[in-house]
Amino acid sequence: MRIPILSIHPIKVLRTPRHFSSKSASRASKNRSLSSARPLPQEEVESDWGTIHDYKQRAMIPYHPARLAPSIQERTSAAQEMTLSYAGTVPIPITSNLQLIQPEDDTPRGIWPVYRLMVSTHRRRPQNALRTLEQDGEIRDPAYDGINQPVLRPDVTTPDDVEDNLDQFRAFLAHAHPYQSDEIQKSGLLRASKYPYVDTNSNNTLLRAHRQIVRLRQMDDILLNAQRQGRISFYLTCRGEEAILMGAASALEVGDPVFAQYREQGVLMWRGFTLEQFTNQCFSNILDLGKGRQMPIHYGSRALNYHTVSSPLGTQLPHAVGAAYRLKLAGEPNVAVCFFGDGSTSTPDFHSALNFAATLNAPAIFLCRNNGYAISTPTSDQFAGDGVISRAPGYGMAGVRVDGNDIFAVHAAVREAKQYALSKNAPVLIEAMTYRQGHHSTSDDSSQYRSVDEVLTTTENHDPLNRLEAFLKKHDLLSEEDVEVMRKQERNDVVKAMEQAERRPPVPMRELFTDVYHDMPLHLQRQQAQLEAHVKKYPEKYA
Amino acid sequence: MKILLHSLRRRSWLTARRPQSHLATASDPAVMSATSAQQQMNMFQAVNDAMKIALETDPTAIVFGEDVAFGGVFRCSQGLQERFGKDRVFNTPISENGIAGFAIGYAATGGTAIGEIQFADYIYPAMDQLVNEMAKFRYRSGNQWQAGGATLRMPAGAVGHGGHYHSQSPEAYLAHTAGLTVVMPSSPKAAKGLLLASIRSKDPVIFLEPKALYRSAVESVPLGDYEVELGKARILREGSDVTLVGWGAQIQRLQKACDLAKEMDGIDCELIDLQTILPWDAKAVEQSVLKTGKLVVSHEAPITCGFGAEVVAELQERCFWALEAPIKRVCGFDTPFPLVFEKYYLPDETRNLEAIREVVRSSR
Repeated sequence: MRIPILSIHPIKVLRTPRHFSSKSASRASKNRSLSSARPLPQEEVESDWGTIHDYKQRAMIPYHPARLAPSIQERTSAAQEMTLSYAGTVPIPITSNLQLIQPEDDTPRGIWPVYRLMVSTHRRRPQNALRTLEQDGEIRDPAYDGINQPVLRPDVTTPDDVEDNLDQFRAFLAHAHPYQSDEIQKSGLLRASKYPYVDTNSNNTLLRAHRQIVRLRQMDDILLNAQRQGRISFYLTCRGEEAILMGAASALEVGDPVFAQYREQGVLMWRGFTLEQFTNQCFSNILDLGKGRQMPIHYGSRALNYHTVSSPLGTQLPHAVGAAYRLKLAGEPNVAVCFFGDGSTSTPDFHSALNFAATLNAPAIFLCRNNGYAISTPTSDQFAGDGVISRAPGYGMAGVRVDGNDIFAVHAAVREAKQYALSKNAPVLIEAMTYRQGHHSTSDDSSQYRSVDEVLTTTENHDPLNRLEAFLKKHDLLSEEDVEVMRKQERNDVVKAMEQAERRPPVPMRELFTDVYHDMPLHLQRQQAQLEAHVKKYPEKYA
Repeated sequence: MKILLHSLRRRSWLTARRPQSHLATASDPAVMSATSAQQQMNMFQAVNDAMKIALETDPTAIVFGEDVAFGGVFRCSQGLQERFGKDRVFNTPISENGIAGFAIGYAATGGTAIGEIQFADYIYPAMDQLVNEMAKFRYRSGNQWQAGGATLRMPAGAVGHGGHYHSQSPEAYLAHTAGLTVVMPSSPKAAKGLLLASIRSKDPVIFLEPKALYRSAVESVPLGDYEVELGKARILREGSDVTLVGWGAQIQRLQKACDLAKEMDGIDCELIDLQTILPWDAKAVEQSVLKTGKLVVSHEAPITCGFGAEVVAELQERCFWALEAPIKRVCGFDTPFPLVFEKYYLPDETRNLEAIREVVRSSR
């Protein structure tokens, strides 16, 4: 994507705060975001996207993962704005204010900000300085230079037995990190489930999300290796995007139909698709729900309201609009959710679907996983505008850009989007920024078009599972031993399921001809009879 | 008119489904009781009546497409929005792939979607949705999901002044797609019954309406709720010398050719209207050819790889030894549909008469 030079032009920069604050009075009264309830101190510049620092000398400094603590030199120079960029070189400004930018709002000039869980306060007050939920679980002031510790409240101690106890954890957060706790708590991931989850036997949604990500990772690793060993024909991992999948799935209900692309096995896993069902589909055995007709990873489950995946890109988007319209007419309190990647946003179906959803007032959530690559095509070759989210106002729909590697942010955004979609019968576009750590699929070798360094660096510094685990460990919800035990257990479960699936018999030949139509027509009956006679005559050729 | 009452209970997504048809069907609308109330209708009125009945009997049914709200460019959806409301009868933006995809999603979630493509000539942007999604929806999911509630109707065929883009008959492209049902009526009474059967079919249907017949074809159409069975051809005229197979507006030209053949040469023709192109009633044609020994297939679409080629290939395999003469196809030429040359292009009754004569002359 082209770097927007205009945004660092001094005149434009000076105009920008006035533009932002022009409607702030009316905006303040609308409580659209989760975190807008706090009154802001006088010195801060109020804006639509949280407080923003001094704009007089604004410079966008790309966020280098290796430099969590900027040098003193940079700290004393122009105001530093936290930015984010996973793939590509364009830095994206970060906001702490989850606000669905609606069609009637002013749209951001230049790059749309990315919602990430953080507290933004004025930089001149070091004890409340800009803090971010960092890679290692620390809540850190970016001005921290390794010498002067950020000032925390002195009476903070970590309780010993926080583990599974959400109330204690909430109390601890409120005590230790008063600004942060608001964000995390309101994100919704800390609410307890009504009934204990079957796989973790507890009500804790956040810990279940973590466990599911661990299971998903193990399944992806093992089935990827199974393909390399020739045991299955194809596989596709969602490595690096698990926060989007679990964050979104945990914000939805089973009554919300999901129209996925192909990299959303995490959503299906959250809903309850078992490891046996996953591996049965990959091995195309007799228990495959799809009856062995499609390549591996083309899962589908009526019981879990997850539509069967098809390979063509973007075709699922108009389906989601139709489903959303049906749900609206039926009066169901559900939305249709569809997932797709950055590449699919160039397809004609993307355009048609968004246009239809907006004109027909269909409560659909369009969630784009912008992972930087469409096989080998980087986003800089895919679009010239500001990513995907900038198109939302063009279609007249609400939209928000979120940090896809921050599970809290994704969860909060999807929850907000669902509430918005249902209350206004309007669609929402969410662009989740992330990085595709693995190859596109087992038929791809990504070292041909991107450096291994880039992959390793991004994985090391932006991995959603590492971030979540660091956060959980930091707050004593989890220990390293727990994680190790969990990984082993999940690995064993996956291997066991895979070995069982491999041994099951294949789908019988008669399923070649069924389900083309509801009732098998005469010409298919004839063809089936011909094939059966032929195979009977040459059994050894078709064994 | 019997109106099926449906429960107004809110259904969960698991159990929501469209009401199934419990009506007796026939392959020939002439079977409909002569005592039922009838009215002279042309084809667009018959189509309108069918959609009205569908909207009345099925609370999940919706009608949508470009310009359907005011009545449609051919008046097929006249009065429907006033009667059933803007939620159920509405315009969509101009996007055929959107219309097709929307229909699939709506049907997959338990509704009945009756989408309109303004002209069959504009179906091509929707081909990805039709071929890769609609046709394979049930099969690829292992019968967990299905889009049977989707029906896409569109005007097709020559109209006298349509040129390249208002005259096409794309049934051959669609017939090559396993999983689709392709239907083309040839008269108003059949159109109403076939459309109701298509809407209520458990499989997605593409319904091609010969636009030349919208106003010109008038017949007495029963006002009640009736269906014509899909997948069954109808024999319009019995004969012993030659079998003629066609569909859509071509049937009228074939009727004239049969009359001419009888008058001028005393040839007794058997005329078969396929009605459903996919899956097609090969059995009925086979029985007829076994009787007559001679076959002429005629359609407006270009001859190479037109659906006539499929009819011929299948029939030569089944009836080779019963054939007395090579099978002839009388079709459009392999050119885009021309405007000023339409009278040469269309396989009219004269060309068909020549083909009948040729087939009889060369038979042994």
